[in-house]
Amino acid sequence: MLMDLQGFGHLLLSGALMTIQLALASLAIGLVIGLLGAAAKLSPSPFLRIPATLYTTLVRGVPELLLVLTLYYGGAQLLMWAANFFGYDEYIEVGAFAAGVAALAIAFGAYATEVFRMAMLEVPKGQWESAQSMGMSRGQTFFRIIFPQVWRLAIPGLGNLFQVLLKDTALVSVIGLNELMRQASVGSAATKHPFDFYLAAAILYLALTLLATLVTEILERLSKPELRGRRA
Amino acid sequence: MNWDWSVIWEYFPRLLEGAWLTLELVGLSGLFGILMAVPLALMRASTQPLLKGLAYGYIFFFRGTPLLVQIFLIYYGASQFDAVKDSFLWPILKEPYWCAIIAFTMNTSAYSAELIRGAIQAIPHGEIEVADALGMNRLTKIRRIILPRALGIVLPAYSNEFLLMLKSSALASTITLLDITGMARTIIARTYTPLEIFFAAGMMYLVMSAVLIGLFRLMELRVNRHKYISREG
Repeated sequence: MLMDLQGFGHLLLSGALMTIQLALASLAIGLVIGLLGAAAKLSPSPFLRIPATLYTTLVRGVPELLLVLTLYYGGAQLLMWAANFFGYDEYIEVGAFAAGVAALAIAFGAYATEVFRMAMLEVPKGQWESAQSMGMSRGQTFFRIIFPQVWRLAIPGLGNLFQVLLKDTALVSVIGLNELMRQASVGSAATKHPFDFYLAAAILYLALTLLATLVTEILERLSKPELRGRRA
Repeated sequence: MNWDWSVIWEYFPRLLEGAWLTLELVGLSGLFGILMAVPLALMRASTQPLLKGLAYGYIFFFRGTPLLVQIFLIYYGASQFDAVKDSFLWPILKEPYWCAIIAFTMNTSAYSAELIRGAIQAIPHGEIEVADALGMNRLTKIRRIILPRALGIVLPAYSNEFLLMLKSSALASTITLLDITGMARTIIARTYTPLEIFFAAGMMYLVMSAVLIGLFRLMELRVNRHKYISREG
């Protein structure tokens, strides 16, 4: 029998569900970080530009696993230090899920900053000017004219980053969150069939990445008005 | 927050030992990875459906699953089969060091193969026709025209992949290896100063990537020197 999960199949599925939650939560926060980071990098003020550049350079040069470990083991210390600054001195604990989401979102955000920045640069400057000449404010111009185009230019790059993020969720198993990888370890320890369990996990990850590709393609299609009515 | 610099200095030599192992893992896997990636890329670009399908499946699997799963499949998974345990492979597969190198090699070869295939297909068609016109046979053409040209095109993208591999090498610490991350984790288990030691480890990775970026840049200047020689004067 090639793959007998001996009744641990549901464990893997619940793990996969946790993996999806982890990935989506990190994606949501990471997208916000990426947009803010891109805006900061393109701003004329050096007080915004320099920290943003520092952030992307540092985070992109450090292993994601190191980020996960740092935020899990050192996150409480960091948070308590920050809270102390505001006059709160109770004990703070950082759970595996929170630390995992924070680390993955910070890593995703650094790469997303670059994707959004490139996309923003792609939109011709004349569009800002013509929108202003129509009497739109800066905010209106951004949300009505620039952002829809940035979004559309950024989707392929963000799709790739999401694939990376999805695979990086496996790192959170190292700090004991019960996601797919961790449940596969639990199953393999209980049954002494590690190959079967890790292979099953690999297949589930493949299914998730395929699903992510599919969703990216649909979003890409939706973001391009000229393709909208057409069927694939 | 009390930040303790002395603990970083005290354990710096240990972290350097870890850095050496990280370099070793990345260097060996990078070398073996390229050796595997070239035939894979040629298979992937070939017109024969069987070769193409095999390469495609391999690349699909290794790019679509987390590296951590691949490492565990090899390190823990191999022990499930008695046939493997009795074979000549066992002395290699029971060592976390070689398991890490095998996993990294297979992983990076899949990513690099795609880059190399892209580069091969980006070679202007005329250059290959010229090689044909000069009467080169298939092997000569691959050796003297296709691979050197592909090298120049692929190098910038490959340097990216190499840096990603440097970061991924931190996963070796999950199978007991004492690379930078592994060493940092053992030190922290003793000193309980996660922020200081992980900070020092992170800086080491940054310095290593900065040096690697410089080296790749030099290599690119050499390989693509025809692009950088000015045409006037």
